Amino acid sequence: MLEISHLRFDVTAEDGSGVEILRDISLSVDDGKLVVITGPNGGGKTTLARAIMGLNQPTGGSIRWNGRDITNLSITERAKAGVSYGFQQPPRFKGMKVRDLIALAAGKEELTPTEGCQYLTQVGLCADDYIDREVDASLSGGEVKRIEIATILARKAGLMIFDEPEAGIDLWSFARLTETFENIHKKGDSTLLIISHQERIIRLADEILVIEQGRVDKHGTQEEIFPQIMARTLPGCGYMREGVR
Amino acid sequence: MDKAEWKVLKEIAELEKVPQGAYNFRVNGQLDDRQVTANIDIVSKTDGKPGIDITVKPGTKGESVHIPVVLSMTGITDVVYNDFYIGEGADVDIVAGCGIHNTGCETSQHDGIHVFHIGKNARVRYVERHYGEGPGTGERILNPRTEVYLEEGASITMEMTQIRGVDSTIRDTVVEVAAGGECVINEKLMTDGEQQAESNVEIILQGDGATGRVVSRSVGRGRSVQVFRPCMTGKAGCFGHVQCDSILMDEAKIKSIPAIDAQSVDAQLIHEAAIGRIAGDQILKLLTLGLTEEEAEERILEGFLN
Repeated sequence: MLEISHLRFDVTAEDGSGVEILRDISLSVDDGKLVVITGPNGGGKTTLARAIMGLNQPTGGSIRWNGRDITNLSITERAKAGVSYGFQQPPRFKGMKVRDLIALAAGKEELTPTEGCQYLTQVGLCADDYIDREVDASLSGGEVKRIEIATILARKAGLMIFDEPEAGIDLWSFARLTETFENIHKKGDSTLLIISHQERIIRLADEILVIEQGRVDKHGTQEEIFPQIMARTLPGCGYMREGVR
Repeated sequence: MDKAEWKVLKEIAELEKVPQGAYNFRVNGQLDDRQVTANIDIVSKTDGKPGIDITVKPGTKGESVHIPVVLSMTGITDVVYNDFYIGEGADVDIVAGCGIHNTGCETSQHDGIHVFHIGKNARVRYVERHYGEGPGTGERILNPRTEVYLEEGASITMEMTQIRGVDSTIRDTVVEVAAGGECVINEKLMTDGEQQAESNVEIILQGDGATGRVVSRSVGRGRSVQVFRPCMTGKAGCFGHVQCDSILMDEAKIKSIPAIDAQSVDAQLIHEAAIGRIAGDQILKLLTLGLTEEEAEERILEGFLN
């Protein structure tokens, strides 16, 4: 179970004033749930996800995972405790091959061809074409993103956080990816937190969490929250209304 | 050879026993062991200079020559001249390299001067590893000079690696490429402590269709200093690419001065050079996979210099 209690994250702006990025966020997620985090840009979704992984150190509040307070653990310790995070914009590594990166994620010295194939197929990549490629600038943004997701699949962590997994991915691979999330969810071994704005991913969710202006705006079942989001999005925009006329 | 010398040999040539094919082991400035084959001949020089002439018959395919050098005596300066004559259409692997095991307080130095004459349409893969070790305080110095003359359609791929234990090196490499020929140099270098390394590479693309590629990757740690001067000259309708990438750590200093010199309107030459610390997001990514910061750094460097 993931329990976040009164989490705050403040930064200092250039003029010295304080900016609240996360303002008193509290929520809990039961094991095996698929929760989609959505909300407007700049609302604090990524900051929240990064705080769970330890990439941002919160200025207040606590994070508990499986009953253990992980608020002050290092990134490495959290990773070992079963937290994983797929970056929105993953880094590239000159000289490091796809097989090396996935093996590191799987905690193995080497991958068997079956393992390599298994993880890459799940993100819509053919292992024969990619396993020996370097994770460098020769790969497109979408390819790097899919390899990033494959590293999270290889980790098989209890908590999988994906930050906009759909960003930069083509339509065909995206369909494959939603199937993959669905399959992980069905197995029930992992809790999934997915930051996303895509209806197809939102439709997979048990719960939806809307983060806005650093606060939990809504948190509930998909059936409850999704209609509210749609109601707010479609007629809410004055320009769109003008356009309709 | 004793145990320590075999250990060094393993580092530089991945040999645990005498290899298949032709070889010439030089230990502490003397011939230690040699084998020739029907197609590859090795003879000691007769003009008074130390060194060997290696002759590969035209058309020889799939054979290899190992010519490692080991210095295990402190205070020795070994200069050697090795000339290679590769016959037309041959296709061979040449494994060179020098390892110094210095247990004393005096400087051990090896200067290997290699000259390759590579015949028409012949292909050579050349691997050279430099390595130093030993508990002594004496410096370990390696100053190689490599000259390569490629005839029409001939090619060479040079893997030149120096990862550990060499206190000072000045490496000069000059390659002339005739029409249709190709030269690829992959250079990997890591320095640490107070080590100094300088690498000067000059590739001259003489004829139409000649190609040259230099990929240099280096890591500077401790207070070490590195200087790179790769220069690609195009004198015809040729293609040349120089790429230097360096990772800087601790208080190391790296200077990279790539040059391209086009002397023909049809020459296409490109250079790229970058120096910087390990990117923070690379470290963070590996931390999220459960590695410690030290492990993450090692993995990144290992990949970079793989």
